Order: sequence, then C-alpha cells, then structure tokens
Amino acid sequence: MIYLQIFIAFFIPGVLGYGGGPSSIPLVEQEVVQNFGWMTSQEFAEVLALGNALPGPIATKMAGFIGFEVAGVIGAIVAVGATVLPSLLLMVFLAGLLYKIKGTKKFETLTTLIRPVIAILLGIIAFDFFSSAFTESGGVHTLILMIASFLMLKKFDIHPALVIIFGLVYGALLL
Amino acid sequence: MQLKIFWVFFKVGMLGYGGGPASIPLVHKEVVDTYQWMTDDEFQDSLAIGNVLPGPIITKLAGYIGYLQSGWLGLVNAVFAAILPTIILMIVLLKLFTEFKDLEWVQGMSNGVVPVVGVMLFLLTYEFLEKAQAKTTWRFIILFTLGAFILLYVIGLHPAIVILAIVIFSLVRREGRI
Repeated sequence: MIYLQIFIAFFIPGVLGYGGGPSSIPLVEQEVVQNFGWMTSQEFAEVLALGNALPGPIATKMAGFIGFEVAGVIGAIVAVGATVLPSLLLMVFLAGLLYKIKGTKKFETLTTLIRPVIAILLGIIAFDFFSSAFTESGGVHTLILMIASFLMLKKFDIHPALVIIFGLVYGALLL
Repeated sequence: MQLKIFWVFFKVGMLGYGGGPASIPLVHKEVVDTYQWMTDDEFQDSLAIGNVLPGPIITKLAGYIGYLQSGWLGLVNAVFAAILPTIILMIVLLKLFTEFKDLEWVQGMSNGVVPVVGVMLFLLTYEFLEKAQAKTTWRFIILFTLGAFILLYVIGLHPAIVILAIVIFSLVRREGRI
C-alpha cells in the first residue's frame, strides 16, 4: 500500500511537471508534505538544499531520497521509477508522433499556460520558507540570509552549491 | 559498448550542475563530438522530442540515447549511470545530517539554509514567469497567474487538476491567440 502511495506521489509530478526537473519541485512538495505528510516543510527545505548543492537532475535526487526515507530501497526504486519511466517510455515508443507535435501552436500554448501555474506553486513554497524562517531564526537573520543569497546568485553569479554552503556556515555559527 | 554508455552518462550525472537543463551541453559534447553516436541534427531532434514530454529532461535524453545505441539494456544502463551516483550521495549525506540533528550548530545549519532555498525557489518562480511571458504579454501572464492562484489556494483545487485542465484545453481548442 505504501508503495502505491509512493508511486502516486511521484507519478503525478512525473507526468505533469512540464518544463524539466525544477517544475516537479512544487508538485512533489504538494504530495509529500501537504498530501501524505511524510515530511515537514523544513525537512523538505533540507532536501532541496542538498539537492541543489549536489550535481545531477533534481527530480530524481528528490525521488530517490524521499522514497528511501519513506520505505527503504524498494521505496526509492518505486519513487525514481515513477518519476522517470512514464515520460521516457513515451519517448521511446512515440518518438515519431512527438516529433510532429513539437513545433505546433497547440504545444506552445500548453507550455505557456502551464508555466505560470508552476510559478505560483513555487512562489508559495518560497513564501512559506521565508515565513517559517522568520519565526525560527528571527527577522534580522532571515533578511540578511535572503539579501545575501539573492545578491550572490543573481548579481555575482556565484555557484548555487557555494551559496548553500554559505547558508549552512552562517546557520552553524550564528543561529 | 555498455561500459562506454555507463561512463558517458555517469560523467553527465556527476558533472552536470544546476539541474538537468544545465547538463544538456555536456551530453551533446560526449554523444555528438566525442563518441559520434548521433549527428548534431539527430541530437537536436531527440532534445526537441524530449521537451514535448513532462518530467526531467536528462533521464529522457540518457534513456533514449542508450536505447538507440543498444536497446533496453542500454536504456537502463544510461539512466542508472546518470542518476544513481547522486541519489546515493544524497541519501548518505542527508542521513548523516539527521544523525547529528540534536547538536545545536547542526540545527543552526538546517535553519540557515531555509531562506537560501527560499530565494532559489523565488528566482525559479521568476524564471518560469519570464519564459511564459516571452510567448505572450506580462498583462496576460499576471492575470492568468492570479487566476491560477485563486483556483489553487482560494478554491483549493489540486495542482494536478489545474494542469490537466490546461493540457486538455490546449489540445482540443482551435488555433488562436496566445
């Protein structure tokens, strides 16, 4: 039963996460934190932090770890399989058909309309993280961390892994 | 052959920073330039097909190229090589982290990282909006996003329902604006 739940939790992001790996982040959060309650929002933030600090695709790292946390090695296999297989199998079997769809107006409409939905989901999670940081770490520390990491990422183009490390070190020393 | 496939996608998985889309040039370099499994055109086609589908792009590319090279075994091999090493790293490091969570400074690390991840998600939010806007106008996108917000958080619809509705709407409607 738990395997079926894991399958559902990762199958939905796997088939609806348009726009590559990052678009599955809010869809996974929806299932794992909101729906099934397997982790807290803070734990999910830790998963994202490490996921962003390590190389490789984010969707499979999330699936592998969360599946493992919930139900061991088989849980991890089910979660990763549900993330990867549906779209990969479609690609292998329907390559010819997909090739015809790719440039069409309909497909363009689809991606254009889905992106704002993913955006608002991501934005709300970001907002949740900020508000929980305000209560956990206080407004001053939170603001410093927010502004510093924004400048590092956006203005100075510092590698995300280093920005995560900055957050870890700052937290270890000052929080 | 299997060894080469493994090696190529192992490198892609371990060296591709910044998520799937960032590792596409790496795949291109190995598959088109180094091993010449595909021409540039074939690679672009595979990428385009992959982008029509949802889900992570790197596993689709790896699996598809592995499959074209040596069938189902190649598919499984390529996907595993691309994702397994980082999944194992992820599990080991996070387990280690939870192990020491009672220590005050480890708890501090956990707290310190939350706003940083928040900023990363905020930047992703903007990126998604900007990409959508490029195909239409900010006015439309802001109104549409507001509508999505109401459906998701005021009415409380599951995101899957909203996205499915968009998929169906886009595929059945007649060609038109936006």
